[in-house]
Amino acid sequence: MKPVFMTYTKKDLTNLAVCMVLSVLIIPTFIKTEYWYTSILIPWLCLALATIGQQIVMGYTGQLALGAAGFMAAGAFAMFNLILRVPDLGFVGSLIVSGLIAAAFGILFGLPSLKVRGIYLMVATLASQFFIIWMIDKFGWFKNYDSSGIITAQDIVILGKPFTTPLAMYFVCLAVTTVLTLLAMNMARGSTGRNWMAVRDMDIAAESMGVSLLRTKVQAFAISAFYCGVAGALFAFCYLKSLEPVAFDIKLSFKILFMCILGGLGTINGAFIGAAFILLFPVLLNAVGNNVFHGAIDATIISSIEQVIFGLLMIIFMIYEPLGMAKLWENLKQSIRLKLSSSGIKSVKSSAQKSE
Amino acid sequence: MAYERKFKIGKPILEVNNISLAFGGVKAITDTSFDVLEHEVRAIIGPNGAGKSSMLNCINGIYKPQKGTVSFRGQEIANITPNIMAQKGLSRTFQNLALFKRMSVLDNILVGRKLHTKTNFLEVALQLPKVKKEEKQNRDRSEEIISFLEIEDIKDTPVGKLPYGLQKKVELGRALATDSSIILLDEPMAGMNVEEKRDMCRFILKVNDELGTTMVLIEHDMGVVMDISDRVVVLDYGKVIGDGTPDEIMANQKVIDAYLGVEH
Repeated sequence: MKPVFMTYTKKDLTNLAVCMVLSVLIIPTFIKTEYWYTSILIPWLCLALATIGQQIVMGYTGQLALGAAGFMAAGAFAMFNLILRVPDLGFVGSLIVSGLIAAAFGILFGLPSLKVRGIYLMVATLASQFFIIWMIDKFGWFKNYDSSGIITAQDIVILGKPFTTPLAMYFVCLAVTTVLTLLAMNMARGSTGRNWMAVRDMDIAAESMGVSLLRTKVQAFAISAFYCGVAGALFAFCYLKSLEPVAFDIKLSFKILFMCILGGLGTINGAFIGAAFILLFPVLLNAVGNNVFHGAIDATIISSIEQVIFGLLMIIFMIYEPLGMAKLWENLKQSIRLKLSSSGIKSVKSSAQKSE
Repeated sequence: MAYERKFKIGKPILEVNNISLAFGGVKAITDTSFDVLEHEVRAIIGPNGAGKSSMLNCINGIYKPQKGTVSFRGQEIANITPNIMAQKGLSRTFQNLALFKRMSVLDNILVGRKLHTKTNFLEVALQLPKVKKEEKQNRDRSEEIISFLEIEDIKDTPVGKLPYGLQKKVELGRALATDSSIILLDEPMAGMNVEEKRDMCRFILKVNDELGTTMVLIEHDMGVVMDISDRVVVLDYGKVIGDGTPDEIMANQKVIDAYLGVEH
């Protein structure tokens, strides 16, 4: 297909238009229950954003990193402190600066990627997870010496207007996610993304083509941490509405890793699909438990079943479809298109026969 | 060959001086020197394990030789890395294919345009006009190479799915995309049939002829080597045993002994 705008085809632009209409017009008109915004849509957007960050470093650059939640914590607490101490920065300014602070951590913890790879790198990057959480817990300054352990997040105010209703917060998340997704897409499809993938697929050859491994890897870690940092800030301010280091524990890092793998490594739309699946699946399982078995199954068992199914799915995807759900979706669309076109041919044939 | 060359063979572009490389106790290359002249087609031949690929890896900076130096355009290069050599204008292909398997043919070749890409990630993210202009230039050049190599029909296929012969072509394309002044080809025709080999020879000679690109190639097919190269250097057990024009090499007793074996 011919690109219409840079590397974007007509199909990409229609997809974008459909997504925008759906999220800006249709969802707000038809979904009125707050539950959907506060418990599903907002965390979905935040986590999808963090998953894009994980995709950049893991799916595109091929560096096995685990510690997205650490960068999210860095972003969230940076945001809290910036709003508290530098109120002139405003919400959007603080969001960008907290992303940059997370990116600085990303550079620091990305440096081991130059020496170690694979599972060893994963262990090395775990340091970010534990160090950042430890740092926030250890030094009271980060929490403004709050003794309760849980700090309430400040209200979101943009250009003097408060954004406190679930719908308003949804729009804040949507706007940030849309902008950052488009930027990520531009990078992934442009020369930046090609360098990442070259390093992922064959680093020696990439280097022989003049791609600097140091720069590319550190850059990927920094951008990834930026995305995680912004996602963490949104997660704390729009979803949790509070700040506590425990919310950003290793479980969240694993969750983001699962979203990344199930969604499809090296895809941006996979981040959204993976995040949606991991968030909605427990909801679905609970609904099945309540409605089909009428509460006969204990809630703890349901959550255990959830873990078992996630684990199984991870293994199945790793073996049969490493490109994840994004690839399944692609295959599905293709088979539908094929079926439609073949039935089209049939109908043309049969009408031709009739006319004979 | 009586035809007039557009690019006359000139001064040495690459000089390898007294290189010695050992892996632990195994000596891969011992005190080897040779040079490559600008615009020529230079072949490195030798039996298996003679140290040919190791030689290319030393020139390219993947291996660090214990002794010896590499000079590029008369300038000795300290701390060679693949990246520095790429910036100097030296590109290469690999023996066991080192393509970016999950990327399309076009994207693979576009990576070769890396050093002609000056925009940074922020500019790419924001799609500034200069990014678009640069991307278009790089794409046009890549398309040119794709049509030159006659692989238009597979340009959007992920390279991992292509047969071996085509992958070799893509790798040559990626090296060409760098617009380097010298290209090292590590067994560009290994595993190809006669027809594919003929095609590959044609491409190599055409590039050398039209762009003046200096070619250094490792090849096992003697017929091919003698046909297309201007000068040949023969390695055996990590040492140079012959260096000269194809005719000289064919008359060299040491080379004949190394290839056919000698009665002891």
